Amino acid sequence: MQTTQKAQQEYDKMVKKASPNSPIFTNCLKAFVSGGLICAGGQLLLNLFLDRNFTENEAALCVSITLIGISAVLTALGLYEKLGKFCGAGTIVPITGFANSVVSPAIEFKKEGMVFGMAAKMFLVAGPVIVYGTLTSMLVGLIYFLIGR
Amino acid sequence: MMELAKAFLVGGLLCVIGQILIDKTKLMSGRILVMYVCLGCILGGLGIYQTLEEFGGAGATVPLTGFGFRLAEGVMKEVDSAGFLGIFTGGMKAAAGGVTAAVFFAFLAALVANPKEK
Amino acid sequence: MGKKIGKQTVRLSKGVPILSTAATVGPKEAEGPLGAYFDKKVEDALFGQDTWEQAESFFVQENMALAVQKAGLKMKDMDYILCGDLLNQCTGSCFGIKNFEIPYFGLFGACSTMGEAMSLGAMLIDGGFAGHVLTGASSHFCAAEKQFRFPLPLGTQRPPTSTWTVTGDGAAVLAGKGEGPKIVEITTGKIVDMGVTDANNMGAAMAPAAAALLLAHFEDTGRMPQDYDVIATGDLGTIGRELVVELLSKEGYEMDSRFTDCGIEIFDAEKQDTHAGGSGCACSAVTFCGYFYPKLKTGEIGRMLFIPTGALMSPTSSQQGQPIPGIAHGLVIEGCGKGAAK
Repeated sequence: MQTTQKAQQEYDKMVKKASPNSPIFTNCLKAFVSGGLICAGGQLLLNLFLDRNFTENEAALCVSITLIGISAVLTALGLYEKLGKFCGAGTIVPITGFANSVVSPAIEFKKEGMVFGMAAKMFLVAGPVIVYGTLTSMLVGLIYFLIGR
Repeated sequence: MMELAKAFLVGGLLCVIGQILIDKTKLMSGRILVMYVCLGCILGGLGIYQTLEEFGGAGATVPLTGFGFRLAEGVMKEVDSAGFLGIFTGGMKAAAGGVTAAVFFAFLAALVANPKEK
Repeated sequence: MGKKIGKQTVRLSKGVPILSTAATVGPKEAEGPLGAYFDKKVEDALFGQDTWEQAESFFVQENMALAVQKAGLKMKDMDYILCGDLLNQCTGSCFGIKNFEIPYFGLFGACSTMGEAMSLGAMLIDGGFAGHVLTGASSHFCAAEKQFRFPLPLGTQRPPTSTWTVTGDGAAVLAGKGEGPKIVEITTGKIVDMGVTDANNMGAAMAPAAAALLLAHFEDTGRMPQDYDVIATGDLGTIGRELVVELLSKEGYEMDSRFTDCGIEIFDAEKQDTHAGGSGCACSAVTFCGYFYPKLKTGEIGRMLFIPTGALMSPTSSQQGQPIPGIAHGLVIEGCGKGAAK
């Protein structure tokens, strides 16, 4: 079997031809409906909290906490991954997906101990979100400090 | 009712973009989340995301771009009140509620739940 | 070098009989099309243990003991154990067999481990170093996902090219004398790297190694694909099989329906939503031990070429952007009775 660069490129073409693509249209439809429903649910919650005389910021935070809690329960019951298989990005992009990515390693790695397993691995998937989110916010803050005010 | 429809539309569309990214670029979900946070933060800094929030409500704030947007808003507000040091405190302050909730619920979940078979 | 024929193949001086095999599988495999063929089906993937890793070791322990028992032997009759798995440092195997107190060679050939174990075991016996060798390989879906992909509760979609790691253990008892289908030739594979980096398309990563092994085997032995009743690769899945057919056709060998893949046989891709097929060390091990071995024993299969395939990667190598090289190990096994080809 030749493994020259040319052979590799040719093989790459063969692989692309033989490998089926993800059914992108149906996947998008599922993501749209499921993600949309989660956000509409968020809107319902938001209105609910606003009616209870929370400020806008407080209400938004309450929505986040509620959704994170719901996602944690579904993850603990093993239901979120079933939803995720069907909904794809529809359950990844909303804050529930972020919560799922924090809760699932915490559960999966608890057998390695509550310190080096559960706690250390908790941000295995979501850690980068915090890291890059923080860094980007610093960048935004710096630019705003220099020219925005 | 109109509010709900708008939230559905904006949130749904943000998810569709994520789905296209996953299927076309084979990006893993973790990378999608990172991209969304950074994008939301930058658009917030540019003052663009505010418009989306006004239109879509929770449709714009529930997706992870909304989390990034919150970071941007927080850091700018903090720079207004605290000056340079606000760059270091604003983002994390804005993220505190969400992150703490995630840590708390993850801890609780790990206490009660065991890994399950698919 | 009297036993070596060609570049990669050896012909054993007299065939090494496989006295018995045993296959223990998890619930999903039990529901699959081969469910009825497996010796033991475990309903709970944890197998009564505390963790996935311990469960895999328990699969190893129980199934290896079962294989020896089926041969009518005692564990102390074994001269060597050769086995391996996918977990870091092969803990699935060593924790499973540690209480047997038998000399042990731990093997890693990724999902080709069963081929490696049977090859080396047969060579040990043919060389006169052992009377009985217990060989095996195991994998566990949950432990493999945890190590190689994501935590199980994470909601992600698996692309259509992905494969499903088989939960179970396959074990075979090889002997210097006795009745049973015989291992007669061994073609040992070389590592083939075609630069595939997509860890969700293992079939494509391994197909070139399988094709290279088949080519080397045909060249060394002078046989053709049609000289075998069954040619079964380990865990290429539908995409990998298609690629092997195409690669070999370019070299002038036409593979027909007698060429199958254990990963295609073990699951019903449609009903069980396993996408491209089964994978993992246990895929080829349990399919051979549970499904093909009895057919060899009755003579329904006269001559079989069994080729467990492996993808040589780790999460670290993958994250560092390294490609996924493949390997494949071939064994020619001749069935019992008059059906056996010469």
